Amino acid sequence: MILIFLITILLLGGILAGIAARWSTCLPRWISLAAIAVDLAFAAGIWSHRSLSASQTWYDEVDWNWIPSFGIHFHLAVDGLSLLMLMLTFFLGTVAVLCSWTEIREKIGFFHFNLMWVLAGIVSVFLAVDLFLFYFAWELMLIPMYFLIVIWGHERRVYAATKFFLFTQCSGLLMLISILALCFIHHQTTGVYTFEYSQLLGTTFPSGAELAIMLGFFVAFAVKLPVVPLHTWLPDAHTEAPTAGSVILAGLLLKTGGYGLLRFAIPLFPRAAHEFTPVALTLAVIGIIYGAVTAFSQTDLKRLVAYTSVSHLGFVLLGIFSWNALALQGAIMTMICHGLSTGALFVLVGGLQERIHTRDMDRMGGLWTVAPCLSAAALFFSLASLGLPGLGDFVGEFLVLLGSYKVSVGLTVLATLGILASTFYALRMMQRAFFGPNTNSWRLPDLTPREGLIMTAMILGLLWLGFYPQPVLNTFAPAMDNLQREVQMPAAALRRLP
Amino acid sequence: MIATDTLALLPLLLLAGTAVVVMLGIAAKRSHELTAALTLIGLAASFFSVFGVTPLIPRQVTSLLLIDGYALFYLGLIIASAAAVVALSYQYFAKHDGQREELYLLLVLATLGCGVLVTSVHFVSFLLGLEVLSISLYGMVAYFTGRGHALEAGIKYLILASASAGFLLFGMALIYAATGTMAFSGIRNLSLGGSNLGLVLPGIALSVTGIGFKLGVVPFHLWLPDVYQGAPAPVAAFVATTSKTAVVALLVRYVAAPRQLPALFLLFSIIAIASMCAGNLLALRQNNVKRVLAYSSIAHFGYILVAFLAGSTMAAGAVAFYLVAYTVTILTAFGIVTVLSTTEGDAADLEDYQGLFWRRPLLASVFTAALLSLAGIPATVGFIGKFYIVASGANASAWPLILVLVLTSVIGLFYYLRIVVTLFSAPPARQVSMPKLDWGSTVVLGGLAVLLVWFGVYPAPLLTLIRTTIGRLN
Repeated sequence: MILIFLITILLLGGILAGIAARWSTCLPRWISLAAIAVDLAFAAGIWSHRSLSASQTWYDEVDWNWIPSFGIHFHLAVDGLSLLMLMLTFFLGTVAVLCSWTEIREKIGFFHFNLMWVLAGIVSVFLAVDLFLFYFAWELMLIPMYFLIVIWGHERRVYAATKFFLFTQCSGLLMLISILALCFIHHQTTGVYTFEYSQLLGTTFPSGAELAIMLGFFVAFAVKLPVVPLHTWLPDAHTEAPTAGSVILAGLLLKTGGYGLLRFAIPLFPRAAHEFTPVALTLAVIGIIYGAVTAFSQTDLKRLVAYTSVSHLGFVLLGIFSWNALALQGAIMTMICHGLSTGALFVLVGGLQERIHTRDMDRMGGLWTVAPCLSAAALFFSLASLGLPGLGDFVGEFLVLLGSYKVSVGLTVLATLGILASTFYALRMMQRAFFGPNTNSWRLPDLTPREGLIMTAMILGLLWLGFYPQPVLNTFAPAMDNLQREVQMPAAALRRLP
Repeated sequence: MIATDTLALLPLLLLAGTAVVVMLGIAAKRSHELTAALTLIGLAASFFSVFGVTPLIPRQVTSLLLIDGYALFYLGLIIASAAAVVALSYQYFAKHDGQREELYLLLVLATLGCGVLVTSVHFVSFLLGLEVLSISLYGMVAYFTGRGHALEAGIKYLILASASAGFLLFGMALIYAATGTMAFSGIRNLSLGGSNLGLVLPGIALSVTGIGFKLGVVPFHLWLPDVYQGAPAPVAAFVATTSKTAVVALLVRYVAAPRQLPALFLLFSIIAIASMCAGNLLALRQNNVKRVLAYSSIAHFGYILVAFLAGSTMAAGAVAFYLVAYTVTILTAFGIVTVLSTTEGDAADLEDYQGLFWRRPLLASVFTAALLSLAGIPATVGFIGKFYIVASGANASAWPLILVLVLTSVIGLFYYLRIVVTLFSAPPARQVSMPKLDWGSTVVLGGLAVLLVWFGVYPAPLLTLIRTTIGRLN
């Protein structure tokens, strides 16, 4: 039942926050914070009490009949993978509320309503193990996100939001066709209509169908992740969204793509995924390098951070499709650490924009002299982003490369170039924006205590993940074993790749 | 026997009786309130009689009408949607001077025509129902003769509807010449037998023209945007929901298995694909909300044809569910247009909706929900409808049709989002007086909004209802 509470608390919190805005501008913020905090406590409770007997897959689950004539269940379940994603969601949710404390001054109630509901959608995506419910949640989280961008976004918000919506909706519908095709094929072989994840695992397909159906899933997740060339919505949406929107987009929405690949695309279609591996790995490497190179040539600070996401999530794709223990652990670490480091960078850029009303790096410069704490935080997260050992991102990307090395030496070498390129864009960003003379004579206040609190929490998180990632890996381990049991992808066969 | 037959026809008889009572009522005392109340009472009585008739089904009443679960389901849907239109009309027409009472008379007659259509299993009742419906609609569409587009819409509808009725009659004649029967079941058996296909096929094709016209699918759609734009908003709602529902119900009964006649399947496939593409593409360029809804309805009937074409065991259920979804959604959307309209004209321009959310949050939220439902977004009834259609298509492996459906509905999303953006944009500087809702519109809009979300989140009861009633077809 806790899983239901996780979602309803957010939904009710959103409604309450929306109503509370009538009386006070602060109340919605506190209500949202409280709702997320309660959820975080619940998730931590599951985490600290988790134990599995040999036959169990899930720590906790809720399974209700929903639409019996189609065999659809309202089935939520949590394992180590979902749990990690939930913790990340609630942590970044808190950050999103805190970082919009002064940025959002209009329509506060509706803003927090949308914020809470998009979080509820994301939580449902991470918990759903009925494919219909998964699709339901997958689509539902778009609408509040769309409103967040279109109402509180920057100059080209309508364009960006519409593009975001069309991309995700189109790919989502392809996934819906795939889901239905999967169910009907399952029905033909077993005579049972079901959308249940655990029952659909191991479906046998007629020849040729498996790859086509998997591609429907892959496209939906690839748009979210994003995989080049399906990434073009991302720079626009990230740049135009309000800070909280960017944090949630980069930190959470992109992760739903990685989560979907891990949970659904590969375990449901192991053979097709295996056939598709060379293409996916190549796309991953293209994404890593393309993202890094494009980030290097940006002048808009927020756009730069957006492109670094393309590069980092290339590593996630690389890790997932390498599908060995090291690579998978690396992928999950990268997903979590990218959420923290990129989320923090978006908070910083948002804070800067609030102060100097521009995101153009050419107009910045010398900010370190006037806002040393803010600049130091930026330096820290840039270093995290470029993969400095001792910080979480390094662990993730290193593990991914170790794992993918077993699969393809050539592609791993190319992916390493991406890390090199990240050094260039991160350091260039620091130089242009924060070092050098303060030519525009900017005068701006340094980090407020509230921002300091956000930064400290995220810095500590990254340090913890960098020095002692074992708890995360331990949490993930049983889930990973389950996933790998479904997919006995012969890693040896993959070594033949260039 | 006669008594039981009469009893089985009770819903239709009550509709006819209502028409008479309303007419006499107007003759005795011209009162808007009284007429609307009489109409609503009559519709309510007819609606509840649908439940009363249930123990008698299935019952063939003469060779013209068949009262079965299928007919009763659609009768219920038609009467309920007509009642919703009446409730919405009251406030809309109360603002206008002049003679408003006859509209209700025409509306009841049109509903009666729809009722005959959904119970009909014979060419004669088919044509009777269609003509009663059409002739009432001419009057309703052009009701405000003084308004700019009203006469244009009325005349356009009159001429094209008469022409299409001509095609329909010719088609019926050909089929009769070939098969010697006018009952649907007889035609189905003979045409499947393969005899005289040379006459039957053109006959069916011509009658499809007549049906296609009423549905407003491509290439018979030209009247639709003008009629939606020119007709008073509640009348447009009636044209969009009640009359089209009846015709689809008839089509499914008339051509129960489109897959068994390859030529017919091809014909309908082309119509469906053309409707989905043209409807969605043409809607992109519209700035008039009523015209957007018109073009989107062309696309939606393309979707319905996909389910119809799938012809699998799920198809009849998918069509029925989608029609409920569509009726609820379109009534909501036109309901919003209706309550925002003023005496000067309907609230049709996008500008009329600018920033509505910040002035009337509830109205705008309901409208947003309706638009999202049209776009097929989860948690609205439109999503389950679309899901059902895609499922029935997938069940029948109709992949090309489904792919077109999916891709064109993404185009559709674009213009729905445009309206949504307008609703949530900054309100215009000038103060616009916002009309107050009377209790009738409030109840109807509130009820529709609840249904829209309820069926979207928990469709199981509706699915069961459809399964138990529609399941008895064939």
